Amino acid sequence: MNNAALTDLIIKMADDELIQGHRNSEWTGLGPVMEEDIAFSSMAQDKIGHAWALYRILHENLGGQDPDHFAFIRKEKAFKCSHLVEMPNGSYDFSLMRHFLFDHAETVRYESLRESSFEPFQQLSRKFKGELKYHTLHANAFIMQLSQANEESYARMQSALNDTIALAAGIFEPSAEYEEELMVAGVYPGEAALYHRWLDRIYPVLVKASLNLPEMSTVTPVYGGRKGFHTAYLEPLLKEMGEVFNLDTEANW
Amino acid sequence: MYGGGYIFDEPNGKQLREEKQHDDPEKLAAFEARITRGEKIEPGDWMPAEYRRQLIRLIEQHAHSEIIGALPEGTWITRAPGFKRKLALIAKVQDEIGHGQLLYNAAETLGKSREAMINDLLSGKSKYSNVFNYPAETWADVTVIGFLIDAAAIVNQVANAKGSYGPYCRALERICYEESFHLKQGHDAFIELATGTPVQKQMLQEALNRWWQPIMHFFGPPDKTSQHSEKLMQWKVKMASNDEMRNQFLESYVPKIWELGLTLPDPNLRKDPETGRWQYSDPDWDEFFRVINGGGPCNEERLQVRKWAEEHGRWVRKALMNPQERRALPVA
Repeated sequence: MNNAALTDLIIKMADDELIQGHRNSEWTGLGPVMEEDIAFSSMAQDKIGHAWALYRILHENLGGQDPDHFAFIRKEKAFKCSHLVEMPNGSYDFSLMRHFLFDHAETVRYESLRESSFEPFQQLSRKFKGELKYHTLHANAFIMQLSQANEESYARMQSALNDTIALAAGIFEPSAEYEEELMVAGVYPGEAALYHRWLDRIYPVLVKASLNLPEMSTVTPVYGGRKGFHTAYLEPLLKEMGEVFNLDTEANW
Repeated sequence: MYGGGYIFDEPNGKQLREEKQHDDPEKLAAFEARITRGEKIEPGDWMPAEYRRQLIRLIEQHAHSEIIGALPEGTWITRAPGFKRKLALIAKVQDEIGHGQLLYNAAETLGKSREAMINDLLSGKSKYSNVFNYPAETWADVTVIGFLIDAAAIVNQVANAKGSYGPYCRALERICYEESFHLKQGHDAFIELATGTPVQKQMLQEALNRWWQPIMHFFGPPDKTSQHSEKLMQWKVKMASNDEMRNQFLESYVPKIWELGLTLPDPNLRKDPETGRWQYSDPDWDEFFRVINGGGPCNEERLQVRKWAEEHGRWVRKALMNPQERRALPVA
C-alpha cells in the first residue's frame, strides 16, 4: 500500500479533530452553566490532543511536517475536514447535537481501528477509547435530558438534529481514490461500513429521547470537505488559529 | 487565579459595622476564642451576622473574578501558537471556571445562591478583581497574566487559605495547588518570549509596561487608606494587609523579571537595603477607583459577555433544573 492513501485518511481524521476541538474550545467561558463550560473545555483538549497525536504519526511515520507547522500554517484548500466541524457554534443546541453526532462517529471509527493493519492506529484506538466513552456518555445524557424537559428544549433539540444530520452524514464522504486500497490492506473498514455502524449507535438514543431521525434515504449528505472544498467559515477560523504562530513561524512560542 | 487582594465595598457604601448589637455577646466571645485558637468555622456553626456578610462578599467576589478572569485569556485560546500552548491555555482557563464553581459552592454554604450571586454580578452590584477590566491585547499579555497575575493571586490565596472559614480554606487549598501549575506554565511562556526573537521580546516588554499598573493595583489601596481591615483580620477573613502582600509579590517576582533583561515602568522601584522592603511610586489610585466604578476599558464588555452566556443558556438551565422528563438519568 502506498503512503498517499494512509496520509489522506490521517489528514481527514486529524483535521476533523482539530477543528471540532477548536469549536469546542470556543465555549470556554460562555457555557450555559459552568459545568458545561468545563465539559466542553475538557472535550476540546481531548479532540485537539487527538489531532496532535495523528499529526505526529504523519510526521514520524510518513514523512510529514512537524505538527505545529502542518496545523497552523496550512492553507484552507489543503484541509480535509468535514463541513460539520467547520460550522460556527451557534447556540448550545446546535453545538450539543453536533457533539453527539460527531462523537458517536468518532467512536465507531476508532473502535474499527483496534484491529487495523497499521499499528499506530491500534495504539490510538486503545488510547482514545476511554475518552470517547465519556464524551458519548455526556452527549447522550444531555440529549436525553434536554429532549424531555419541556416543549422548548424538545423543539430545539429536534430542530438541531434536522439542521445537523446531513452535515454529520458528510463525515463519511467516500474516497474513490484511496478507500478501496485501505480496506484491502486491512487499515480500516471503509466509510460506508462506518456510516451504518454510526446509525446503529445513534438511532436507539434518539428513539429514547423521542427525537425523529429523518428517513436517511431522503437526506443528502454534505460532501466536499474531504476534497478541500469548504464552507466560508473555515478560512477565518484558520486565520485566527494561526494569527500568533504566523507572526514568526520559525520562532519558538 | 484570581482572588484579588482587595475586597470592594458594596456600591451603597456600607462599611463594616463596629457595633455588634445583634450578636449575643457570649456567643461572640466563644466564636472569637475559637478563631484565636486556630479552629475553623463550619457552615452550621454560630457566626456573627457581619462575619457571614463579609465572607459572602469576599468569596463571591473571588468567584466572580474567576469566571470573569477566564475571559481575557479565553479570547486567546483560539489564537494560541502551537499545540502545546493551545492545550495548556484551554486547560488553564477551564481550571479557572472550575475554581469559580468551587467558590460559588463555598459561598452558597453561607446562604446565598449561585443564581443570586450571578445576578448581582450582572447588575453591577457585586464586583470582581479590577485587573480583568483591562484588555489582553497580544499573546504577550496572556503570558504576563499567566505568570504575574497568577503569581499575585497565589500570594493572596495562600494567605487566605489559612483563614477561619473551613469551606473557603479547603476550596483555596485545591485552587492553590492548581494555580502553582498555572504559574509554571505562565512562567514558561513568559521566558519563551523573553529569550526569543527581537519581535517577541518587544511584545513582552510592551505588555509588561501595560500591565504594571494594574498589577500594582491588584492588592488594593495602601494600608494607610484602607478602612476596614482590623476586624476582618481579627476574624481571619483577611489574612495579610494590602501592602504586606504587595511587598511579598515584589520581593518574589521583580528580581525574576529583571533577570530576564526586562524593565519595569517605575524609576523608583527598588529594594531598600536597610528595611528590606520594596519602594515604588504610588500607582494612580484615582484610576483604580474609576475602573472599579465601571470606567475601565473593558468593564462593559466583560459584563456583556457574561450576560450573553446567561441569556443564551437560560433555556438549558431551565431544562436542567425543572425537568419534566419521563425517566431520570444521571447527568454525567
